[in-house]
Parts: sequence; structure tokens; C-alpha cells
Amino acid sequence: MDWQALNLSLALGGMTVLILMPIALLLGRWLAFARFRGRAVIEALVTLPLVLPPTVIGFYLLSGMGPSSPIGRAWQALFGDGLVFTFEAVLIASVIVNLPFAVQPAQRAFEAIGQDLRDAAATCGHSSWRCLWRIELPLAWPGLLTGAVLSFAHTLGEFGVVLMVGGSIPGETRTLALSIYDRVQGFDMQGANSMALVLMAISLATVSMTFVLSHRGRRHG
Amino acid sequence: MRVLIGRMWMMVLAGVALSCAALTACDRPAPPPRIAAAADLRLALTEIAAAFERDTGRKVDLLFGSSGNFYRQLQQGAPFAMFLSADEEYVLDLAKAGRTTDQGRLYAVGRLALVAPKASPLKVDEGLEGLRKALARGDIRRFAIANPDHAPYGRRAREALEQAGLWQPLEPHLVLGENVSQALQFAIDGGAQGGIIAWSLVQDPALGARADFALIPAELHAPLRQRMVLMRSADETARRFYAYIDQPPARAILDRHGFALPSAAN
Repeated sequence: MDWQALNLSLALGGMTVLILMPIALLLGRWLAFARFRGRAVIEALVTLPLVLPPTVIGFYLLSGMGPSSPIGRAWQALFGDGLVFTFEAVLIASVIVNLPFAVQPAQRAFEAIGQDLRDAAATCGHSSWRCLWRIELPLAWPGLLTGAVLSFAHTLGEFGVVLMVGGSIPGETRTLALSIYDRVQGFDMQGANSMALVLMAISLATVSMTFVLSHRGRRHG
Repeated sequence: MRVLIGRMWMMVLAGVALSCAALTACDRPAPPPRIAAAADLRLALTEIAAAFERDTGRKVDLLFGSSGNFYRQLQQGAPFAMFLSADEEYVLDLAKAGRTTDQGRLYAVGRLALVAPKASPLKVDEGLEGLRKALARGDIRRFAIANPDHAPYGRRAREALEQAGLWQPLEPHLVLGENVSQALQFAIDGGAQGGIIAWSLVQDPALGARADFALIPAELHAPLRQRMVLMRSADETARRFYAYIDQPPARAILDRHGFALPSAAN
């Protein structure tokens, strides 16, 4: 059992969710209520990581964050070290890849609230902020939490992008999924098997949570 | 239900807290140097690293993969202290780009092996006659080699097959491993009838029960001259490990795993 890789996977999942939730809340709410030209384009961009092969995303991220890219150079100047093949690079990639998993449930949850309810709140003199805190969030939280749980589970399962921008470095970018792949290549089927079981158990637990949450959301809606 | 949801909230919070704790725990100790090594070294270098730890009390982190991929990663600044390539060209190229401390040292010469699972209709032999016959009979549906685009063993396998006049009939049946140990896995576990892989990877007794091997004549391909080098970021442990590989215990391990040893002066 590669505990280091398990720790790393959990850390990556946790940090991804922490960074992603505020983004999902603001972006999801904006997409749910704002009416403007080009909304479909933004929605398509948010959904894109869902359909692109991880190698395509990984390839673009690698060129976008590599040592000769503007971002890579700026990072080097700031921290004195390259960005690719670090935990930070994998974290950035993970946030981007998980965007649709977090934003879409949030958007659906806000859409389900309905404009009339928001209008009624506004008529009662509630400010937009007060409306968000007192009315929208209590109704939308199952959707937001579903997004968080889905992103967490999906981060644990991500393979291609992590391999491309992370390079499978122990303690830095070798997540549980990469460690399993490595064990199989080393003919350590027992090691691969025990880690695969752990990953399966965690994923099953988190995904069943999203179903519990979605039922609860439905009862409220 | 409310209690259940409350518990789940607690679980999520605990999960996030645990993750943060794990993250801080990850970067606490000074990490052992990371050594990027060609996949054909998987068995031998793991043994050498264990002997090194026993003798010096120092640990190294070994990463195995295709030399071409490591080369590309090192060009992009991947944080490895040392690189053991299966093809010396990659090392010499990195040295030219100023990423290494010097031009490194030749540490071994690799050999190719023809491999077939026990149940395969392919009978392995040094002259590749069994492969020729199996191909003529139409018995070869899948044949595994490492990817010749970036894996030195894949490139040499192609050369050997071309020399033997078998590349063209075999090409439609090839399945390519990302590196030579994946090619071995494909050849034995992946439903292939055989493959060409590293001789150093078949010296594992556990494998002997599952597959047959034959050493491919060195005249069929350019020599697999394997060079190692210290990167500029190498620390004391990496330097000692580099020196250790030239010492008798490590050389004996390489020899036992089927590597030809270059003379100490190179």
C-alpha cells in the first residue's frame, strides 16, 4: 500500500474542492440567473473538460505552464523553481479539469430556485446579498455539496492529466491512480489490487453521498 | 435523515481537514533524491538501491519509465537528481544543453530478449526462426514491443526485426508499450503471443514459470549503450549513489541481471 500516494490523492482532492467551491458558487449562480449574449459559449467552455481527452488537456496545460511559457516564466521568477512537475501544477490542472463537475450541479441548483422567489425576496426589501444568504444558499446547498463531492471523487480518479503535467514523482505528483499503474508495470499485482480496492471504496462512498444529496435536494425543490 | 446528513457534513469536513494535514505532512522531511531510470533497470536498480541503503543508510526514490519521456521531462525542468538512460544519446544531449554536471558515465550495455507466454504457439529461439514460422502460420495476432518513438528498447527491437526481415510482416500485429516493462506486461499478461523486451527484465524467477525467453544476438541491432548522469541539482546522496553504481557490489547485481558491463574507464 502506497500511503504517500493515498495522502497525496486525498490532499489533491481536498485542495481542489476548497479552491473550486467559491468559483462554482459564483460562476454557477451567474450562469443560472444572468441573461446575456454569449452565455452558451461560456457554458460550453466550462463543460469542455468533460468531453476532451485528458491527454489533450494535459498537452495544453504542459505547454501553457512549461518553462518557456509566460506563466512558467513568471512562476520561475516568483518562486525560483519551475511550475510543471510540481504539486501546484497538478492542483491547477485538477481545478480546471473539475470545473464542469462543480459548476454544473451548482448552476442547476440555482436555476431550480426560480426567478419569482428571488423577485418576491427583492420586493420584501432583501438585498441581493441577503437574498443569497437567507434564501438561495439554504435551497441550493445540496447542489453545491454534490459538486464538491463529485469533484473530490473525480480528482481521485484522474490519471492522464496528472501524468502529463505531474510526471508521477513520489510525494509530489504521484497520486494513487498513478501508483496503481506503476505497480501493474512492475508486476506487483497484489500491491495494485489493494490500492485499487481502497480507491474503489473511497470513490463508492463519495459517489453514494451525491445520490443521498440529490434525493434531499429533490424533496426540498 | 437529518442526523445522517449531519454526519455526512462531519465526514466531509473531516476529509478536508485530513487532506490539509496530509499535505503539510507530505512536505515535512527532506525528501530522498529522485532518480529517473530506464524501465529495463527496474529489477536491477531496485536491488542496488536496497544494497545502497543497507551500506550507507541513505535512501533514494526510484522512478522507472521510458528514457525518451524522462529526457523530455528533464528538458522541461523535472526535479530529478540523476538520470539513468537506456540510450546514451539522451544523456549526451542533456549535457550539451548544460542541464547536467558533466557527460556522465557508461554503466551498462543492455540486451534484447524474445519472450512468449507458456501457452503461446510461438516457440522462442535465438535465431528468431520460431517467430518466422509462427508468423507464416498466422499464429501471431499480437506482438508487444516498447514504443520505438521514445523508448530505446523499442527502437532496438525494430532494428533487430528489420535485420531479420520480420518487421514488415509483424508491423500490423504490434502492440506498443509506453516503456519496456509495459511491453513485457503486454507480452505476458496482455493476450499477446510474444514480444521483444529487455533481457534484464526476464531474470526474475517468478517470470520464468510463466514465459519462455531467448537472448537475441547482439549483431542484429546497434548496442544499447546505457549512460547515467548527475543533474545540476544533485545532492550528496545522489552523488554517492552515482559513485556506488560503479562499485563491485552494484556491478555484480547488474551482471546478474544480464547487463554487459563496460570497463571502468570510459
